[in-house]
Amino acid sequence: MSWFREKLFPTKFQGMLSVFLIILCAAVLYKALGWLVIDATVFGTATDCRAAGGACWAFILEKYQYILFGVYPREHLWRPIFGMFLVLVFWFHFTQKKNWNKLLFIKFPGIFLLYFFLLRGGVFSDVVKNHLWGGLPLTILLSGVGIMVAYPMGILLALGRRARSRFISFPVVAYIELIRGVPLISLLFMASVMLPLFLPAGVTFDKLLRAQLAIILFSAAYFAEVVRGGLQGISSGQEEAAKALGMNYVQIQSKIILPQALVKVIPPTVNTMIGMFKDTSLVIVIALFDLMGTAKSSLSDSSWLGFSLEAYIFIAGIYYIVCFAMGRFSKKVEEEFRLSKERV
Amino acid sequence: MNNRQRLLPIISLLLLTVCVLTPFYFLKQNIEQQNIASGFHFMTQESGFEISESLISYDSFMSYGRALLVGVSNTLYVAVIGNVLAFVIGIFLGVFSLSRNYLLSKLCSVYLNFFRNIPLLLQLFFWYGIFTDVLPPVKRSLSFLGVLISNRGISMPWFSHGDSILFLSVSILASVGATFIIYQWLNMSKVKREYKNILSFVFFLFLQLASLELIIRFFPLEYPVVRGFNVKGGINYSPEFISLTIGLVLYTAAFMGEIVRSGILAVSKGQWEAAFSLGLTKTQTLRKIILPQSFKVALPPMTAQFLNLTKNSSLAVAIGYPDFVSVANTTMNQTGQAVELVLLIMGLYLTISLSVSFIANLVNRKMMREGI
Repeated sequence: MSWFREKLFPTKFQGMLSVFLIILCAAVLYKALGWLVIDATVFGTATDCRAAGGACWAFILEKYQYILFGVYPREHLWRPIFGMFLVLVFWFHFTQKKNWNKLLFIKFPGIFLLYFFLLRGGVFSDVVKNHLWGGLPLTILLSGVGIMVAYPMGILLALGRRARSRFISFPVVAYIELIRGVPLISLLFMASVMLPLFLPAGVTFDKLLRAQLAIILFSAAYFAEVVRGGLQGISSGQEEAAKALGMNYVQIQSKIILPQALVKVIPPTVNTMIGMFKDTSLVIVIALFDLMGTAKSSLSDSSWLGFSLEAYIFIAGIYYIVCFAMGRFSKKVEEEFRLSKERV
Repeated sequence: MNNRQRLLPIISLLLLTVCVLTPFYFLKQNIEQQNIASGFHFMTQESGFEISESLISYDSFMSYGRALLVGVSNTLYVAVIGNVLAFVIGIFLGVFSLSRNYLLSKLCSVYLNFFRNIPLLLQLFFWYGIFTDVLPPVKRSLSFLGVLISNRGISMPWFSHGDSILFLSVSILASVGATFIIYQWLNMSKVKREYKNILSFVFFLFLQLASLELIIRFFPLEYPVVRGFNVKGGINYSPEFISLTIGLVLYTAAFMGEIVRSGILAVSKGQWEAAFSLGLTKTQTLRKIILPQSFKVALPPMTAQFLNLTKNSSLAVAIGYPDFVSVANTTMNQTGQAVELVLLIMGLYLTISLSVSFIANLVNRKMMREGI
């Protein structure tokens, strides 16, 4: 009771505010629950849904396989499912503190290479061409491979930006500022319509790879800025001390500077990764069918017209869970390092 | 300088030249082979497509250049409105999320957490979906205080006479001025401090309402009415514009709220205590002591958010609002001149980004110099 008085009704004004907020919340919850649960139809047809007037979860029940996996051949569906399971297991492995060591730099690419070959097939079972890939597996592939390539590239760019020679630092700065100044959509357009014109006549490479390339080029610039922040936080004494011990540039950076700098900026790094995961949804504008693309195209079924909100809420849930988990992890790491610093 | 360092500039220049020149060689070949025009001559040709909404006069007989200009104006329109709204909401979110009212701070945290973790594009589709799937057609549009809401957008009563806007702005300026004089006068009198603000606010409200009433009496408001399948009269906002603005504002406001929040937390606790011991109230402390200081911490990330909103407005192409990217995309499909148009798109956003960062840097340097 005293909790209520202290937190909700400390003064007359605060009390009035609380009452107003409680009424507002109740009204919104009542409306939302009515639509989401009470008037909702879970089993049935589109006609049943329209009669009930609430949310039409029957639509999701009918389409969930398409939304999650696109037109991936049904008989090989175990492959993306197994692949996503592997990625999930890796995620739990990755979030354990005892596993944070150099082996991760091998495990991470290894898992995504395996994931890629599971989607593609060819070793144990048939090859599935990548225009058939879609839904959640594609979203995970685009962001996973994107992080895998863009993060090291970002580190190199950040080091390049700090290089003493202007012949290195100037092009790097120009690249980073150019990329950060334009929207991702323009890079996707560039990759999809402009890039083919810049290649020799016979050479083509497929749309998925081009989209992946655009995402990598885009995120690398953002990772570079994050890493630069970390590098700036390392006192110059570290580098001087390493130099005095006779280490060369590569040794100094890889053994002294980067391990400290990268750890410092884990929270913004994870934020950039979250942003990248969300940004993969933009590939829909160059007609790739990631999770957003499949959800959008499931809406065009003429017997199930008018249930777009249900599909959006469904995939919003998926995006939210992934981003929330990543955010939680970043908070955990931050806490962990603060604690370990306090212990010292 | 050892040997390796001397070689570096030469290698770097050589690499750059090769990286830049080879693609252009292929480009020239491809353009000749595929018979694509090059250069910016298309800008003066007749566009032949309609644009659904525009701030400047435009029709399909005008040139591509004019069409692209319409796109630029639409992009800037959304960016300015969106940034102002997002900034205001963001400040409130940041301040409220630190409120001592448990419910208010919890609600704000839920909002910040929720909107930041869902892709903006999905949010845009969601708001647009509300227009297409939930709201009724024009004939059965919802009406509320003369505002019509239907799947064709939102229509509001507006002045039919052009001069009334002028009168409105003059009246607002005049009431602000009059209120200021009254406030100064109250300051000299012996009225209590709490009452001064309320009194001058009431005075301002009264002036404003009275002048609005006068203006409406002389220049009657034009109410939107349903005519067949369309809405006539008033001012009409399209579903595309509204869903784009709502989506951008709610998404960006969440990020700005987080920035304001951490900006306030970055100001040391001693500042609060010192202000309290000087007898300032909580609101006064926040407004006069804390927020100005947190502004310094929050300026760089805030600038990044302003730019993010502007860049994200390019997602308009996905829901069909004719912003610059969307118009350029149509032009690209019609003329086939992908290279020029992608360069134009990048050029526009780069210009905006660089000029905003330039201004932000100036402000930042000024603050540093003055030691605020």
